[in-house]
Amino acid sequence: MAKPASKAATRRPAARKGGKSVRSGKIVAASRDALLKYYGDMLLIRRFEEKAGQMYGMGLIGGFCHLYIGQEAVVVGMQAAINEASTVVTSYRDHGHMLATGMEARGVMAELTGRIGGYSRGKGGSMHMFSREKNFFGGHGIVAAQVPIGTGLAFAHKYKGENAVCLTYLGDGAANQGQVYESFNMAALWKLPCIYVIENNKYAMGTSVNRGAAGGSLAQRGAAYGIPGVEVDGMDVLAVKAAGEKAVAHASAGKGPYILEMKTYRYRGHSMSDPAKYRTKDEVNRMRQEHDPIDNLRARLAEAGVSDDELKGMDRDIRSVVTEAADFAQSSPEPDPGELYTDILVEA
Amino acid sequence: MPIQILMPALSPTMTEGKLTQWLKAEGDAVASGDVIAEIETDKATMEIEAVEEGTLGRILVAEGTENVPVNTPIAILLEEGEDASALDAVAVPAPAASASAGAAAPAEPQAKPLSAPAIVSAPPAAAIDDVDEARFFADTKTQTVRDALRDAMAEEMRRDEVVFVMGEEVAEYQGAYKVTQGLLQEFGDRRVIDTPITEHGFAGLGVGAAFGDLKPVIEFMTFNFAMQAMDQIINSAAKTLYMSGGQMGCPIVFRGPNGAASRVGAQHSQDYTSWYAHCPGLKVVAPWSAADAKGLLKSAIRDPNPVIVLENEVLYGQSFEVPTDPDFTVPIGKAKIVRTGADVTITAFSIMVGKALEAAEALAAEGIEAEVIDLRSIRPLDRATIVASVKKTNRIVSVEEGWPTCGMGSEIAALVMEQAFDYLDAPVIRVAGEDVPMPYAANLEKLALPQVATIVAAVKSVCYRG
Repeated sequence: MAKPASKAATRRPAARKGGKSVRSGKIVAASRDALLKYYGDMLLIRRFEEKAGQMYGMGLIGGFCHLYIGQEAVVVGMQAAINEASTVVTSYRDHGHMLATGMEARGVMAELTGRIGGYSRGKGGSMHMFSREKNFFGGHGIVAAQVPIGTGLAFAHKYKGENAVCLTYLGDGAANQGQVYESFNMAALWKLPCIYVIENNKYAMGTSVNRGAAGGSLAQRGAAYGIPGVEVDGMDVLAVKAAGEKAVAHASAGKGPYILEMKTYRYRGHSMSDPAKYRTKDEVNRMRQEHDPIDNLRARLAEAGVSDDELKGMDRDIRSVVTEAADFAQSSPEPDPGELYTDILVEA
Repeated sequence: MPIQILMPALSPTMTEGKLTQWLKAEGDAVASGDVIAEIETDKATMEIEAVEEGTLGRILVAEGTENVPVNTPIAILLEEGEDASALDAVAVPAPAASASAGAAAPAEPQAKPLSAPAIVSAPPAAAIDDVDEARFFADTKTQTVRDALRDAMAEEMRRDEVVFVMGEEVAEYQGAYKVTQGLLQEFGDRRVIDTPITEHGFAGLGVGAAFGDLKPVIEFMTFNFAMQAMDQIINSAAKTLYMSGGQMGCPIVFRGPNGAASRVGAQHSQDYTSWYAHCPGLKVVAPWSAADAKGLLKSAIRDPNPVIVLENEVLYGQSFEVPTDPDFTVPIGKAKIVRTGADVTITAFSIMVGKALEAAEALAAEGIEAEVIDLRSIRPLDRATIVASVKKTNRIVSVEEGWPTCGMGSEIAALVMEQAFDYLDAPVIRVAGEDVPMPYAANLEKLALPQVATIVAAVKSVCYRG
């Protein structure tokens, strides 16, 4: 199968943590290099999504397009907490997750434009991309369908005796679907190494979590099954990583699933065609100005003695990766008409 | 270099919009994410956010302008360090000739071929080699369908460590219909797993396990309960290979009894064959004999695709001759002619094969020799065998237990019309279950299901024999 051309992006996860380390949950000071890596990873997602929004506006991307801007700390922090053998699955707001697992920007962008160079050869689109190589299992368009699937990936890890966990991401909206609780029940019964990361960005499409979810904390939604859950500042990459490491330690020790409720925020609408009339501009502006995960980390980097020039250089490098991805996504050809009939069944 | 800000498309269907209001004036500083203007789309009033930082140099489309085509330059943004003099360097082309508008043009639906199949025809169904099934029948034993299915699973579990069985009551209880009897004792609770009553959940968990390189055999206590799991079967198991450009296959078997049992009412008596047959990305089999049940289930477990195995509760206790050779399998996609005849073709599958054979015996007594085809595989359907038989007999009756509308009979009627129209001496007749929910009362239930007499009457009708 043709794969997205493999020009290395700026970011090859340099120092992923093993799954075994046990931390107290207190945020441990990260090294300067680690901080720079998280900064770069988050910035790549931000710039990528801005470019995707721009290209959608130009008519180069069709259909639905759900941007991740504002939520970058969640995937970058969680990815830093797992080992190479672990797996990741999520819903349709998935571009950030793919970039965080190390999938290439150009392959993701070319899928958004529906070109042959895309991860799914142009046949999946924004919501349906996968990379076996990076252990990214989609990219699922039906709200919460990825939750039993992630539970099954965790089942496979346990069945095969692997030292790995499955990060199963879901939104606050998905947290109200019945199959989530069917999954919690089985994961708890069979002590599956599954970490349910609930990205609570406060709105299920246009319905605020207060109007859609009874009972308060989503972190406690597993309480009936004995699944521990904690609320995490999802706008702080270091807080995310620390919580993630604690959850990974729990799941890897055979103690079963864990729930992390990431308090986060999406700056853009649910999808590109969302006028976002269900929240105030003040609310959005306050989150951007006071809680932006990238700005916050930039301040920490300054304290760690990283110069403005170094950050600007990084920004330039990332912009060039994104520009190259956008160029590739426009120059890669549309799929050959013959592709219509391929990949329906695996030929035995 | 100053940057052109273009009229964005803000929904999948938007081609133009009204620029209602500018929220920044010429000369204002703009940061990435700032709202610079409001536009009205075909759906709603939306805000345009700046993507780049800079100073708003010039507004090209005044507020209040209607019908501004997508991709028209609406403003020019000056980058850091540029002043107004840079504006003169920007040639603003007319919207129609705009480079970006040109770039977007290929996305116009009109540019696509209107009838893709006329340009690229679907590849013909792969010819399935005639497998010499007969040679396996040199050494057989008499076995029930139930035991044949159990042996198929046991043999495949011995053969491949990643095969496991999961479902309600499959382990400790030994199977709600005893199909998994003894598997827990041989393979242990790591590989024979009782689930809670949670069809949607364990179907999805099975799909995830298949993505994770295991080979799940998921038992539904009956396929009536699989409606709870339909989303995972179709959207996750059947479509992911395609949506992933071939990266992510889903080697999984969903199996269990399908169709009417006896006196269990409408919610427990439905035949789902044509539902699953409808969906690309699935394979579907519906065996009748114990040998086919075993051979097809083994093939299903070895298949790298999602396979739906539709069993039948009434058949579980019926006995047939089954080959003893552990290498015996039945290829998916191959029908079996279970009775030859020159006068009329009868197609059937699952429990209706037995009824069709009974009808054929009755008809023989009246001088009509029917050829009975056991379809066995529903998707892919063995079209070649059906068409060849019709070309010989010139008449066909399809038999199924399920409802008539959009049923397998409809599909077979269309197939024969398309591929053997000139050979037909009579219109196709579909024998199917009555178009009603299954009643409970014994007499009504019998009336709702195709009986031998119904098949006999249909055959006489296509033979123009009163």
